Amino acid sequence: RMARLVKLQNEIERIKEKYFTRNRFAEENRQRENEAAIKIQSWFRGWQVRAYLSHLHWKATIIQKIWRGFRARARFRQTVKIQRRWRGYYVRKYVHNYYARRRYMEGLIRKNEEIRRDLVDFSEFQRREREQIAMDREEQKKTVQAQRMHFLLSTKQCPGVFNSPFKPEPDEMELRLRRTKPQPPTASPRERDSRLGNRIPSTHSSASIARAHGAQPLPPIPIKKPQGPFREAAEVWAQRHRSLEPSLRVQTSITDLEEAQDQLRLEEWRNRTVDTLFQPFSKAHQNRRYERMIHTSSSFQPVPYGNKHFREERPDNLLGKKPFNRVFTTCQVFDKFGRLFSNAGKIV
Amino acid sequence: LYIKINTYCWIIHLCLLVFEQYQKARTQFVQTVAELATRPQNIETLQNAGVMSLLRPLLLDIVPTIQQTSALALGRLANYNDDLAEAVVKGDILPQLVYSLAEQNRFYKKAAAFVLRAVAKHSPTLAQAVVDCGGLDALVISLEEFDPGVKEAAAWALGYIARHNGHLSQAVVDAGAVPLLVLCIQEPEVALKRIAASALSDIAKHSPELAQTVVDAGAIAHLSQMILNPDAKLKRQVFSALSQISKHSVDLAEMVVEAEIFPSILVCLRDPDEYVRKNVTTLMREITKHTPELSQLVVNTGGVAAVIDYLGECQGGVRLPGIMMLGYVAAHSENLAMAVIVSKGVPQLAICLSEESEDHIKAATVWAFGQIGRHTPEHARAVAAAHVLPKLLALYMDPDSSEDLQIKAKKALKSILQKCTHLPALEPLLYEAPSNILKHVVYQFSKVLPHDSKARRLFVTSGGLKKVQEIKADVGSALQEYINSINNCYPEEIVRYYSPGYSETLLERIDKYQPV
Repeated sequence: RMARLVKLQNEIERIKEKYFTRNRFAEENRQRENEAAIKIQSWFRGWQVRAYLSHLHWKATIIQKIWRGFRARARFRQTVKIQRRWRGYYVRKYVHNYYARRRYMEGLIRKNEEIRRDLVDFSEFQRREREQIAMDREEQKKTVQAQRMHFLLSTKQCPGVFNSPFKPEPDEMELRLRRTKPQPPTASPRERDSRLGNRIPSTHSSASIARAHGAQPLPPIPIKKPQGPFREAAEVWAQRHRSLEPSLRVQTSITDLEEAQDQLRLEEWRNRTVDTLFQPFSKAHQNRRYERMIHTSSSFQPVPYGNKHFREERPDNLLGKKPFNRVFTTCQVFDKFGRLFSNAGKIV
Repeated sequence: LYIKINTYCWIIHLCLLVFEQYQKARTQFVQTVAELATRPQNIETLQNAGVMSLLRPLLLDIVPTIQQTSALALGRLANYNDDLAEAVVKGDILPQLVYSLAEQNRFYKKAAAFVLRAVAKHSPTLAQAVVDCGGLDALVISLEEFDPGVKEAAAWALGYIARHNGHLSQAVVDAGAVPLLVLCIQEPEVALKRIAASALSDIAKHSPELAQTVVDAGAIAHLSQMILNPDAKLKRQVFSALSQISKHSVDLAEMVVEAEIFPSILVCLRDPDEYVRKNVTTLMREITKHTPELSQLVVNTGGVAAVIDYLGECQGGVRLPGIMMLGYVAAHSENLAMAVIVSKGVPQLAICLSEESEDHIKAATVWAFGQIGRHTPEHARAVAAAHVLPKLLALYMDPDSSEDLQIKAKKALKSILQKCTHLPALEPLLYEAPSNILKHVVYQFSKVLPHDSKARRLFVTSGGLKKVQEIKADVGSALQEYINSINNCYPEEIVRYYSPGYSETLLERIDKYQPV
């Protein structure tokens, strides 16, 4: 124990030294180490807080997520409700309207019934029309037949073909014959034409005979005059039988001109005895000689007039001598005109 | 001198006598031949005697009556058969006739047009021969004549030429005949109207362009005015012309409808003449086949009811256009199909199906049923309620029916069955149907039975479940699936009870059972 104590006493100085040096070092490093510790601590605390914050954020996000999803889905359910109701309404009203279709089908059934009835009525009507027309035609035919065979009518003496004495009643044809008027046999074409052209009917024949003898018609027996603005019978008679007074234009026949020409021709033929015509001064033309035109000639040669000789030229009178020279060379009087006097007047 | 004059006159008289006798002989010959040619049995003899070569020079005779009568005789001969018509063409008679069509008087023109018509009617080659020798221009010129008889003969000839094919019709149109024909329709003579209407119908039937040309000339208005004319033959031609025009396209059909033919057309469905009625239904068919709007129009005016009544009254082949019209109307939409059902169309069609014996009419009826029943279960129920499905099945299975009929029956059955939920009508089909039809029937049962308890009960009591058990199906096929789904609707004991051979298994259990 004593040794340890002496060691320790020796050590005291070193320990004090060491203590002081250590203190010194610690003092020197204290700032630095303090700051380092602070840094580490601050970093750590910051990290802790951040971790906690991010944890909080995450939780908050989860809550918000759930809440917002809920809200959106609720909204979605609401809009789906609206859309559902709208689509149902639209389809039921416009795309496939059951009640409208039912009404249409009922209306169609009624319309069909109506059309069927109308068609039946119309066909009945047409059938009756056709039958009526056929019956009318039959009637017409039978009437015509009865009219033409009227001679088969039964008389008191002799019963006709259709009125058999053994039958209780006469035949339908017999009754028809009794009803209809007989048609007289159709006349031949000549008589028909004359009847058409017959102006005065035969009932007035007595008056015409009287007039032919030059007498006036007797005045009518004065019976009760009819009321009204009627003219006298004599006046009417005169007007009715007034003769035709055609104008000159109507009177002349259409071939009047030709007839007149024929008449003239006949007269000519009758009266003319001399055939030659009288033509005073008719020989005057015979003295003239025909002068052909300059530009026309049937011989295709140049005409000598104007080319070979002039008027008044008589080559025969020359008697072989040469004709007078008419064309000369030019007179050179004016050749030196202008050049003689001065250079200024030089003619180029 | 007097004696000389006398003998001279006598010689002249002798000469002229010969000519007179010859003329009389010619006239008599030609008139007798023309008269004999009216009867068919004489024509063979005449042909053998070489009448063509004798008639040919008489066409160029001086006397006009002989010319006309010989042309008439030639026309009658050529009318009879096509050998004689070919002989007319080969004998180079046509150019002479065409030339004289422009020159001569109206009787000759009529006779010449008659010959051209008689030649052109037999075949397209002969008609082409008539066209090649310039007949078209001459005929069109004679269409401008005053005399209605000449116009009629010319229009008839043009109609016969245009009848054969599109090229000839185009040639007739190019010659400018259409406006003149439309003018002819407006004439007061009924015969001329008839012929002009039939000529227009023959021109318009080949292609849409030709129909458009006819429409552009303003034919529709005049044709529609003649709908209520009392003459039956005229009405035939008018309706035929309108249907040929409207069959090509929607626009043409709409133009025909715009001429306000409905509802006056429905009146003509009660006409006493059979062909008028047939042509009216043909026109209605051509109109309704294009679009739903046009069908709707026809339905709204009550056309469907009128056609159904018409089907009830007539017999035979004339029913075909009416049946097709109902099919077209029902094909467009389910409203229109319901309209057909509501107008009592289904029972009438069922009567048609049972009465008619011709295969093509049956095929049309079957197709019409398919169009009516394929839209919704209501429609299928209406069709099935008329006991139509067994008949369809019978037609499909019958070896005598034609291939077309079988195909149509199968299609119709399939399309109706896919919508049919009316089980009492489906049950008879379970027993007789072949496997491809059976599949659909069982499918329908498997759709309905899981939801309807009354139907399930009925199904069991009527023996349907028993039948279903007897069906042999390949494992894994659709049919097996459907059978399984039906079986799942019932408790096991019942299924086992109705399965085939159950009595044997029960008896086997007796054998195995040891009494206690």
